[in-house]
Amino acid sequence: MTLSVWALPRADMSTEQEKNELTQTPLLKIWVPWLGMEGCKLSRRRGSSVPQLTNSPTLIVMVGLPARGKTYISKKLSRYLNWIGVPTKVFNLGQYRREAVQSYKNFEFFRPDNEEAMQIRRACATNALKDVVIYFSKEHGQVAVFDATNTTRERRISIVSFSKEKGYKVFFVESICDDPDIIAQNITEVKVSSPDYVNCDKDEAQADFLKRIECYKQTYVPLDDEKDRHLSYIKIFNVGSRYLVNRVQDHIQSRIVYYLMNIHVTPRSIFLSRHGESELNLLGRIGGDSALSPRGHKYATALGGFIKGQHIKDLKVWTSHMKRTIQTAEHLGIPYEQWKALNEIDAGVCEELTYEDIQENHPEEFALRDQDKYRYRYPKGESYEDLVHRLEPVIMELERQENVLVVCHQAVMRCLLAYLLDKTADELPYLKCPLHTVLKLTPVAYGCRVEHICLNIEAVNTHRERPGNVDITRNPEEALKTIPDHF
Amino acid sequence: MLVLYCPQGASVPQFTNSPTLIVMVGLPARGKTYISKKLTRYLNWIGVPTKVFNLGQYRREVQSYKSFEFFRPDNEEAMQIRKACASNALKDVVIYFSKEHGQVAVFDATNTTRERRVSIVSFAKEKGYKVFFVESICDDPDIIAQNIADVKVSSPDYLNCDKEEALADFLKRIECYKQTYVPLDDEKDRRLSYIKIFNVGSRYLVNCVQDHIQSRIVYYLMNIHVTPRSIYLSRHGESNMNLLGRIGGDSGLSPRGHKYATALGTFIKSQHIKDLKVWTSHMKRTIQTAEHLGIPYEQWKALNEIDAGVCEEMTYEEIQDNHPEEFALRDQDKYRYRYPKGESYEDLVHRLEPVIMELERQENVLVVCHQAVMRCLLAYLLDKTADELPYLKCPLHTALKLTPVAYGCKVEHVFLNIEAVNTHRERPGVSFTKHVHLLQAQYKIIKCIIDSQYASVASDVVWHSVKVAQHVVNQTFSQAILTLGCRINDHT
Repeated sequence: MTLSVWALPRADMSTEQEKNELTQTPLLKIWVPWLGMEGCKLSRRRGSSVPQLTNSPTLIVMVGLPARGKTYISKKLSRYLNWIGVPTKVFNLGQYRREAVQSYKNFEFFRPDNEEAMQIRRACATNALKDVVIYFSKEHGQVAVFDATNTTRERRISIVSFSKEKGYKVFFVESICDDPDIIAQNITEVKVSSPDYVNCDKDEAQADFLKRIECYKQTYVPLDDEKDRHLSYIKIFNVGSRYLVNRVQDHIQSRIVYYLMNIHVTPRSIFLSRHGESELNLLGRIGGDSALSPRGHKYATALGGFIKGQHIKDLKVWTSHMKRTIQTAEHLGIPYEQWKALNEIDAGVCEELTYEDIQENHPEEFALRDQDKYRYRYPKGESYEDLVHRLEPVIMELERQENVLVVCHQAVMRCLLAYLLDKTADELPYLKCPLHTVLKLTPVAYGCRVEHICLNIEAVNTHRERPGNVDITRNPEEALKTIPDHF
Repeated sequence: MLVLYCPQGASVPQFTNSPTLIVMVGLPARGKTYISKKLTRYLNWIGVPTKVFNLGQYRREVQSYKSFEFFRPDNEEAMQIRKACASNALKDVVIYFSKEHGQVAVFDATNTTRERRVSIVSFAKEKGYKVFFVESICDDPDIIAQNIADVKVSSPDYLNCDKEEALADFLKRIECYKQTYVPLDDEKDRRLSYIKIFNVGSRYLVNCVQDHIQSRIVYYLMNIHVTPRSIYLSRHGESNMNLLGRIGGDSGLSPRGHKYATALGTFIKSQHIKDLKVWTSHMKRTIQTAEHLGIPYEQWKALNEIDAGVCEEMTYEEIQDNHPEEFALRDQDKYRYRYPKGESYEDLVHRLEPVIMELERQENVLVVCHQAVMRCLLAYLLDKTADELPYLKCPLHTALKLTPVAYGCKVEHVFLNIEAVNTHRERPGVSFTKHVHLLQAQYKIIKCIIDSQYASVASDVVWHSVKVAQHVVNQTFSQAILTLGCRINDHT
């Protein structure tokens, strides 16, 4: 990382002064001690710029019979943790088994007396845990989710000693469900279409899967109140009507528990839209707090028409505290709530400038932003990374709610979309969120179905692609190559 | 002042539609009052008006305590009194919700029988209140003995007893309750919303959380602990901006500021604190301060000073000159006032909520922050109202050591003897309307003097009265007198 010229200490500075000097990292705008001209040895830095959520890697161990939502929870939790900046990965034992045993025949594989199959299954578990070790030690992972039934005490004890030996924390998530309707629903949604049943018809698949569950039931021992009282775990009963939480050890486990207690599976849709085109959009200026343009007002009216046409039950509408989202919501004729957390990214000294202005006045900043658009923080402003932290309570409440329409801004919508569609930090700042387009997201199986609805009102394009040359020495034409047209 | 664009939208997210009645459940000395008070403090701080209704207080008002016999289950007369007290408490809850804009009421009583709980549930259903039970179950005799020593022995009930007598009587009191105690039942109470806390938090059972506020309450209760520890609060050392009387910005420490940071390091070492965590903001002055401590620290953007928007890096005089109406509005309601393109104290509280949550989880922590931020944290820890919060005194170069004790917090101010400027601006002493009356009177006097001799300068006087008024509002009284005085001197 190169330090900007202004950060060099003056020649007449004494070592005492140097010791007291801080310098601000160019990209993240984090103050760090000036450690001399040899360069910034970050490992010697005392201050960490991101709060430490945990000291050791954490192994989350799913527990439960098949079709109890373990994979659903694993994927969702993983998506959430990655979004808030905790590198997380799911290790699904079923996938390991499918690789080892190329084709699945029937439920007989899972009979507790099938010795040969048992060997294979144990080997798969060992391989999965070996991969967990690689993930933690070589790939900078912080949380691994071991997605398997783990229904016997024996299996769980072996995982606990494995973790203890490696210095990992263990947190169990057990899903208990005895409602036959929920189980039938799960099987239909995700099991019948699994790779295991690719050549079967629905009824065959259903019947076989139910027999598979019976195999597991014979040896299933749930986490025990008394015997397992020293373990850290959460038991989820019947898709969340009830939870038992035991021995939460640290911050990340506390956040995981809070998240798991807020998610639900009731069918609903989330609608995302930007405000209608604004006056500043027309001029190609970023930020600010301007009003809607005439076309923006048209869009807001069209949005109202669209929403009514959807006949949505108990729709909640959220806006930011900025004029343009509120004017948009006003046209809907429904009560709405304003969230300051939904305000657009703060562009600091670049507020209300055009990209041409930024290139002219702050060319190095402009280049740094193109180098790492997710982490780049505007001087006296925010980064996408800051935005994600700001939006976390919005996401939590979005999980609790049912039908919601969020009227927000380009950067904010990119962050929310990245969470809902599991996009990486690299992809996030370049997600396409055009004006005058509504996105309807409906959770389905393990993910989200997206429908783009363009309401046919013209608007400027505000999307700027990453240019080819991101070096701070580039010339203005190269920097401005990808800016969208404006008045 | 709040810069809202339209009345139709609610500017604060709605946590719940109906008032919520939190009902504590548990034997005596299980921490019900501790939880009630702490939870209430947290909810009020995040902006949810909450009040505790402690049945013990209602009982003490009608009956002076003699002995545990009052609590015997076969004491009919006492039972009548206790039932009446419960009724009165619930009547007050109704008043709190319907007339005092309350949103959450915490009914702090044992509520150990099914019968009592069933009657509360039907009362709440009839009134349209949501009910959330918080049951505290503890069978560790050491914890119970500790609780009794901490808060029961010194209760008003045992004013005239010595410690041993009080302890013995209280234990018999617990036995009275045990005879009829029926905990919330997994099966029979499966439709109620509740959290059961086992042994001060090693284990929780959460059932049927209905809405956002209950979810927040559960999250909070699962993060608090009672392990003894201390929280240290300090501002950064004096900064260069401080010296110039300018607000906000991101300047470095002044020489005296550096001295303070070193002194703070020495003080912290002398305290021999076990596993101290140090937190700073992302601003230069707190980080420079932490650097002198020689301990690893974590930077929290959430701890950054309040954003003064267009007023960043101005002096109060400049704000007065450039934005006089804004300046006056801020003094009218300093908690809710939002700087143009900036933040309010209210915004700051929302920003700091995750910090508070993590502070609850942690043990020994030193937070190096800023004036407005420290006021918010202090208001949470010491249960100050939104009115008091923006005027709490948080001087430079002074460390505060807060230690939880009984139901509150013990505070020690440690001034480290390094001089610094004063950055505290008092609440305008006299109300705005009183100012106006005062000035109208003064204006009349001046006008009389001047009209009688110098009619041509009357309009001049009006203009000057306005200027005087501004100075009085900003407490630059000396300026006010000067302006007033020179007018009179000119014309006498």
